[in-house]
Amino acid sequence: NLNSQTTAFLLCKRWALYSVTPLYKFSRAHLKAYAKLLSAYIATEKQKGVAVEVGVELDIKVAVSSLPDLKGSHQDEAAILVQISLRSQASQKMSEEKLVWSGWFCSVCGDDLSKNVPADFICLPVFLANGAESYTSIVGSWFQKTFDCCFHRLAISPLNLSWMAAMWTGCKVEENTSAIELVFSVPHLPQSLDISYAIHPEDAKALWDTVQKTPGEITQEEVDVFMDCLYSHFHRHFKIHLSATKLVKVSTAIASAHCDGIIKFLQSQYITEVLMLLTELAISQIQ
Amino acid sequence: HLATSLPLPSEGDHLRPRIDLIVFMIDIKNKYSLKNVEASLAHVAASFFLGKVCFLVTGVGRVNYCSVEMSSIWKLGDIYCSPVLYCELELERIRVATAQRLLRMLQICAGHVPGVSALSFSFLLRNS
Repeated sequence: NLNSQTTAFLLCKRWALYSVTPLYKFSRAHLKAYAKLLSAYIATEKQKGVAVEVGVELDIKVAVSSLPDLKGSHQDEAAILVQISLRSQASQKMSEEKLVWSGWFCSVCGDDLSKNVPADFICLPVFLANGAESYTSIVGSWFQKTFDCCFHRLAISPLNLSWMAAMWTGCKVEENTSAIELVFSVPHLPQSLDISYAIHPEDAKALWDTVQKTPGEITQEEVDVFMDCLYSHFHRHFKIHLSATKLVKVSTAIASAHCDGIIKFLQSQYITEVLMLLTELAISQIQ
Repeated sequence: HLATSLPLPSEGDHLRPRIDLIVFMIDIKNKYSLKNVEASLAHVAASFFLGKVCFLVTGVGRVNYCSVEMSSIWKLGDIYCSPVLYCELELERIRVATAQRLLRMLQICAGHVPGVSALSFSFLLRNS
């Protein structure tokens, strides 16, 4: 149960996904110290061979904080948030701070990983970043050096995307929900072709309700039947076999996910559920 | 002989030589290829499943492009008592090695290797 400030921060932003191996000797008591070290590291990295803008001097401010309500079970570590702001010293008294990059580590029901890990390590297998890629790589390399962990881009396979499509279609949402949209990329063509398939959310939910046998439980077979129904409906109208293409993006009212490892949370009450799924994907990539 | 699906057109029946081995190719990135193979299997005579059929799975190198669950392919191999082989088409080394394997299998299925029958060989492949 997340507070409204946290959810406002998480919703409707594109988060790039990474899986992170356990962090060695990361201490919650030293978050302020980490922020100072990271800030110094960023300043030196930014100065290396990059042309400095003539004019306004920009000061980099890093904040590292804990998000205690962002976790799944009691065994989970609470999420850690890193924020980078640029402070322009336009005037001596007032300095405006602009948030330019955010990244957070989290674990929701990540017991599969944490139970097998020695005492000095903490498990926060999912990392989400929003902002310039250059900051993501600098922050990533600092964490990798300091805590001996490894970041890997978390791509999402078409198999997992179809799972998300089925799972999220089944979620109950209030009215005025957006259509379910599936985007497919057609391979082996000289020019790339993307097919976008939009389905009315109520029709999609009605279909899923006839397929799902046990509420709260989803099997691979049910996901396959659901997707096959959508594919054959499309084939009937357009004579195109969507099953021969690659599913690259799924958009529902709950969240949208892209195969390159990009997620967008759209409903606050389902954030934890989506994070649970992402934690599972991250852990299977790490192991 | 290469075909995109079974059954083969009946026009060529009288000209076609005896078929000793059927290799069903499934692209793990393409769900349609699995559906196509499943539909084509229904047109194969039962006697072929005594060691003269195998499944060749391509595209296994890239986990993130998976559109087909491996377990459904293994299930297919179990149901039809036929071995499942893997090949990465993009790498020449693996392509050549797989082609040599298939050629060897074909020799056995055609009865050109004394002492080894198609059935015993496929049993060996499935249980290794």
